[in-house]
Amino acid sequence: MLMKRDLAIIGAGPAGMAAAALAAELGLSVTVLDEQPRAGGQIYRDVDRASPARGTILGADYTDGRRLTEELRRSGVDHITSAVVWAIEDAFRISYTREGRGAQVEADRVLLATGALERPMPIPGWTLPGVMTAGAGQILLKQSGVAARGSVLVGAGPLLYLIAAQMVRAGTPPAAMIETQTLGDMIRALRHVGGALRGWPYMAKGLKMLAEIKRAKVPRYTGATQIAVEGEGKAEAVTFTHNGRKQRIPCETVFLHHGVVPNTQAARSLGVSHIWDAPQAAFAPVLDAWGESDAAGVFIAGDGAGIGGAKAAEYAGQLAALKIAAETNRLSTQDRDRKAAPLRRALAGELAVRPFLDAAYPPFDAALTPADSTVICRCEEVTAGDIRSYAKLGCLGPNQTKAFGRAGMGPCQGRYCGLTVTALLADANGQSADETGYYRIRPPLKPVTLSELAAMDETTQDAAE
Amino acid sequence: MKPASPFLELESAPRVDVTWDGTALSLPEGANLAAALLAAGVKVFRHTPVSGAPRAPFCMMGACFDCLIEIDGVTRQACMLEVTEGMAITRPQEMGAHANET
Amino acid sequence: METDYAIIGGGVVGLSVAWGLLRRGRTVTVLDGDDGSFRASRGNFGLVWVQSKGMNQPRYAQWSQQSAAIWADFAQEVSGNTGKSIPLEQNGGYDFHFSEETLEETVAKYEILKAQLGGDYPYEVLGHNALRKEEPHIGPKVVGAILHYQDGHANPLKLLVALAADVRRMGGRVLTGKTVTEVTKPDGFRITCADGTTVTSGKVVLSAGLGAAQLGPKMGFKAPVRPQRGQVLITEKLPKLINRPSLIARQVDEGGIQIGATNEEVGLDDRVTQPGLSGLAAKAIAAYPALARAQLVRSWGALRILSPDGLPIYQESPDMPGAYLVTCHSGITLAAAHARLLPDWLEGTDAAPDLEVFSETRFTVS
Repeated sequence: MLMKRDLAIIGAGPAGMAAAALAAELGLSVTVLDEQPRAGGQIYRDVDRASPARGTILGADYTDGRRLTEELRRSGVDHITSAVVWAIEDAFRISYTREGRGAQVEADRVLLATGALERPMPIPGWTLPGVMTAGAGQILLKQSGVAARGSVLVGAGPLLYLIAAQMVRAGTPPAAMIETQTLGDMIRALRHVGGALRGWPYMAKGLKMLAEIKRAKVPRYTGATQIAVEGEGKAEAVTFTHNGRKQRIPCETVFLHHGVVPNTQAARSLGVSHIWDAPQAAFAPVLDAWGESDAAGVFIAGDGAGIGGAKAAEYAGQLAALKIAAETNRLSTQDRDRKAAPLRRALAGELAVRPFLDAAYPPFDAALTPADSTVICRCEEVTAGDIRSYAKLGCLGPNQTKAFGRAGMGPCQGRYCGLTVTALLADANGQSADETGYYRIRPPLKPVTLSELAAMDETTQDAAE
Repeated sequence: MKPASPFLELESAPRVDVTWDGTALSLPEGANLAAALLAAGVKVFRHTPVSGAPRAPFCMMGACFDCLIEIDGVTRQACMLEVTEGMAITRPQEMGAHANET
Repeated sequence: METDYAIIGGGVVGLSVAWGLLRRGRTVTVLDGDDGSFRASRGNFGLVWVQSKGMNQPRYAQWSQQSAAIWADFAQEVSGNTGKSIPLEQNGGYDFHFSEETLEETVAKYEILKAQLGGDYPYEVLGHNALRKEEPHIGPKVVGAILHYQDGHANPLKLLVALAADVRRMGGRVLTGKTVTEVTKPDGFRITCADGTTVTSGKVVLSAGLGAAQLGPKMGFKAPVRPQRGQVLITEKLPKLINRPSLIARQVDEGGIQIGATNEEVGLDDRVTQPGLSGLAAKAIAAYPALARAQLVRSWGALRILSPDGLPIYQESPDMPGAYLVTCHSGITLAAAHARLLPDWLEGTDAAPDLEVFSETRFTVS
């Protein structure tokens, strides 16, 4: 017999933890499944184990996560750690792998709190060892207290400044920051300055980080173009053009970042509708004001619903918990709305700064529709030129190019090529991103061994020995 | 001799012995395996089955599958594992002759 | 007329027929669907297969044999024209058995068919030990296998790409994103699409897979085709583990082990299910225990296009002469026949293959 819960939550980041704690408080039976051995998600990764020194490097916004991990623990919610969810089916049976064994959980409702992924940044050389996402650089610091010496940060956005400032504090300042946003972007962003002022705490933090980076004399090159990573078998240098001049900065480690995008894999596997969010330049699920999708019983909260950051994720997770509690008669609709009002105000405050940030730090154009020779599918090593050639052979969407040339067929399931393939096809066929569409996502959401699969087979148990 | 690594361990932790492709390494117990291997100077984790290109950790959050290694004959993501005493880690089996077959 | 032939459906069946017609100098317009269409051409198992087909209809076995025999030459031509490789191995294939009884039953049936085919049915029965010499990773539960020498496997997706390229190279016009809503024959044929596109043609081939069920009856066909779901698994890329293909598993040219397939009557539902995947995994491990440690990286469901007796349908419309229904569930195996042999039948030449047993008249008696 499987456990049947009122609610299963996938992901123990801020949205998942906050939703779980509130749902449990309101009387729901809840199971949280998360891939990591400890709660926190990527933003608060391993926050409970971080030493005080690491806390100082990473800052108060990071250590604040302990408030949520503590609430999760206190709630008594069933938190299954190191659980890799690979299928969600049939309203709802969730199949997952834990320490080499398959298992399942059943629940009436599911909340996907699977967060964000780094926006793929396919530039020449981005597959070389030594090239990582900026998020990876942060995870190294958060979870392992490992910092890269003499690294180069490439791209655009607040996360790039945050990691630079953290590396300065760790005593390993980056060798350079190669930034893709231009003065023009900043000027265009100023039309959103009203919102930015409402989001003033974020602006103030941003300015403080920039000051730290400046004090550490980290060279910054803004408006960089023609960026590539060079090296034989590993990263050896970053080359780029700045103010019309070719530059080359030797380094062994490169951190890339030009925004994060919703991780939509699980939602898509459940048939949730997604639409293109132009300001965020990514697909986002279609949700009501509580985070419920058009697939009955499927809720989504946090960055997976559209990028809003950790605090916004927390409020959205709680809003979803309120609706679920009301639907299951744990809460009157009046109480639901009364409890939701302050959360909605706080959420709006969190999101106020986004239009400014989206405009000031747009994605790097040359990495959205890369040059023909650039690898865009890391798993199957498919180039941008390959995708364009399949468009010429009649491919209108990513599922056709997947069949034609394997982009998206590898173990990452298109997580790091999907948006690029959509952009390339939209461009080549003169279609919108919505018309072009996205990969059909199917189980397994993550690879699973055949023995684990076979062990769940009811008809031929003995064949699976 | 420990190869040079651009990655610096900011804190010290008790270490355990593991093997990486047959070579003995001493890694912090309970550390993230991918991070620990990077800090130990491992630069190339695997070669792709498509072109043989070298790869190493990229996302550190279980999404990209570039840090694949092999333990007990099973391909695993190094960034999703923690270091334990005696771990025998190898590069994933490579396609070898197969890649040239039609 | 804009075009000699309009081909409704741009999958492997439609493109193979288009290719064959273009090669004879006919003008062809292919009307293809969109990214989300049900496409057996991108979900099939990739076998070029003879054994077990046509057990009750030797002509089908023979038609499959004819296609398999000219497959390599056909693939070489398409690949030579386009520079796109079409990996193919025709070194035989297995039907594995987990019990002596099923093995004996199958052999008995094969012997009858072999006699009907005048002895042209080259197969051999391998006991466990003989099989182990051929397939070192075979598991102890496999008591034996039928090795049929006319069987093989190809990369069906690379065939699809190469055909798409060669049809265009030869001047074929391919309209994408089209849903055909109506076919009329005021004089020549007039094909109307949902987006308002119209195409006029001298003849029409309906090779729209499951789409024929809706469109066929409007064109005078019975088109009794139904979907049957097959779930398929594929593992991470592995070193050589499997030599010859079977209905249970094959190692594709890229290295992954492809495992198939379920047979499910679930209508137009092409999802995969945990029970489906688990059952297939268990069977694959029974055949090749080493697969237990392999990672499943991808799975899919695809819909077979089945006629009531499982055989292809080749039929000229009695109501609209010049319109032809071409449909089958073995579009990969039959690709060479469709490209090289079927055009004679469409053109009504003396060289036309005898396809009478595949006509819709077989569905009249109820």
